Amino acid sequence: MIIPKLALKNILGAGLRTWLNAFVLSLSFVLIIFSQGLLEGMNTQAEEAMIAAEIGGGHYQHAAYDPYDPLSLADAHGALPAPLAVMVSAGKAAPVLVIQGTIYPQGRLIAVQVKGIDPDQTVLNLPTAFLSAAQAGDEIPVLIGERMAALSGLKRGDTVTLQWRDARGTFDARDTVVVQVMKTSVQSIDRGQIWVPLERLREMTGMPGEATFVVLAQGAVRPADSAAGGWRFSGQDDFLADIRAMVESKSVGSSVFYAILLALAMLAIFDTQVLAIFHRRREMGTLMALGFTRGKVIALFTLEGMLNGVLAALVAAVYGIPLLSWVARTGWALPGDTDSYGFAIGERLFPSYSLGLVTGTTLLVLLTTTVVSFLPTRRIARLKPTDALRGRMT
Amino acid sequence: MTETPLIVTKDLTKTYPMGLHTIAALDSVSLSFDKGEFAGLVGPSGSGKTTLLNIIGSLDTPTAGSAVVMGQRIEALTHKEAARLRNRHVGFIFQTFNLLPVYTVYENVEFALLLLGLPPAERRRKVLAALEWVHLADRAKSRPAQLSGGESQRVAIARAIVKEPDIILADEPTANLDAQNSHNILRTMARLNGELGTTFIFATHDFKVMQYLRRTVTLIDGRVDTDQQTDGRPGTSGAGEQP
Repeated sequence: MIIPKLALKNILGAGLRTWLNAFVLSLSFVLIIFSQGLLEGMNTQAEEAMIAAEIGGGHYQHAAYDPYDPLSLADAHGALPAPLAVMVSAGKAAPVLVIQGTIYPQGRLIAVQVKGIDPDQTVLNLPTAFLSAAQAGDEIPVLIGERMAALSGLKRGDTVTLQWRDARGTFDARDTVVVQVMKTSVQSIDRGQIWVPLERLREMTGMPGEATFVVLAQGAVRPADSAAGGWRFSGQDDFLADIRAMVESKSVGSSVFYAILLALAMLAIFDTQVLAIFHRRREMGTLMALGFTRGKVIALFTLEGMLNGVLAALVAAVYGIPLLSWVARTGWALPGDTDSYGFAIGERLFPSYSLGLVTGTTLLVLLTTTVVSFLPTRRIARLKPTDALRGRMT
Repeated sequence: MTETPLIVTKDLTKTYPMGLHTIAALDSVSLSFDKGEFAGLVGPSGSGKTTLLNIIGSLDTPTAGSAVVMGQRIEALTHKEAARLRNRHVGFIFQTFNLLPVYTVYENVEFALLLLGLPPAERRRKVLAALEWVHLADRAKSRPAQLSGGESQRVAIARAIVKEPDIILADEPTANLDAQNSHNILRTMARLNGELGTTFIFATHDFKVMQYLRRTVTLIDGRVDTDQQTDGRPGTSGAGEQP
């Protein structure tokens, strides 16, 4: 126990130099955790938003449905298999019927996906109740997102003509009225899409009781695949694979930032160690004269360097915990063009600091600090006590 | 029955490479020191005094010949064994005091005992006793930077004696002190030698130190020139012991 006590005494005894080092290193701690927390927060926030507004507990999709092929929509509809119909009746699932259509806002032509959804559904966090309130009129109520509104120039209360083909391929058209422009961070339920009441769409297309996919409520127990009548299940992981891959690719860039911060901190520690070894040669000689072996001197100096990391963690905790907690509460305002990132993260990004992130970063910094502290001390292994006492390096 | 000497050197030689040549710092030095001696290695700079002291203190190893200290052959010791010998049997006093700057006087003295693994209560007792010996008990909480040269050297003496070593090696202990402090320090060491029986070996060319020595070994160019017993009673210097 003598070496840890001495190491602590030595670095605390060094006064301002120690605290300066600890502060510089603590900046790296806080910035690394902050940047990684932003990335984790972005991932978590995007996933939560997508699950709430689009994915739910996963989708059962009609066998002919290919989300990446609009031409598949003509055939991608059918009656719900019995187990899914039971779930829909129980409020544990929401069917969605999707067809291809065209709207003509202000004389322009815009191809859209028309999605029919039950206005009273509670499976997805969408303001579908607006569709219910307006169902009584002759015009078809539609719900659009802000991006769609910006793309089409439509706003709440506007009327726009919608053209579509029914189940037999016959073109039909009718005026629709925008009953609400919803604000959502999930682009995939917004851009190029309009939402209409499910029963109106079934009626318009001659597809009674049919759907393209069924969204399960989160936590709902899904029926066995064999009972799903050929409808295939895509779970949350399938939907989130792309976004996770995107976050993964962004984390590579973040790792460079991480590495630079760590390198800067380690440079400070390395520099301090080299200087300490240079300035304290006579002290090393004295320690050896008093009975320290070279190994003990190396251990002492390495531990002193490592304790810089521990002190830095404490300093980082003093100002980092309140600072990062505040950022986590208030969020980080994002610039207006965040949509182009392809993430469903909204206007503010709320960092997420998991225990794993904080512990992992702390351990990594401490481990690296120890290694960096040890490297310069290898010179001590060649140091002769007599040279050290004269203030020379061997 | 004759007591075995604490230190025996036989044909001790130490050479250093210097460009294409080698310089002999010690050349076939054969000496022995008994327990309780108050001896000095004297001679001009470069005569090999410090080198011999370093080898006796197991801080260095000879190129040829042998040095046996407390029954252990210095040239055969591993680093760990040499460190153990220094820790348990040898105390050092340096010209520049070599106190550890971040420690208090008390901690500097205690340091030597920490390595011996003594329990805290025993350490405290010994440290306070050592500080009493050098009349510095009231400066226990001071830092080295707050001490005068004489006080610093007395702390170094306390650090050397606190573990009650068999041998204390003092390399130019008065070189950085004024005459009065030098005499005070030397009287303290002579008193320790007399009362504790600790063997003192000095490396010095300070006449004040030589006055206190009971044995003076003169080295010239790494060889023993003379080895004579002296009375160890300093003449009137005008300096009283005022620690």
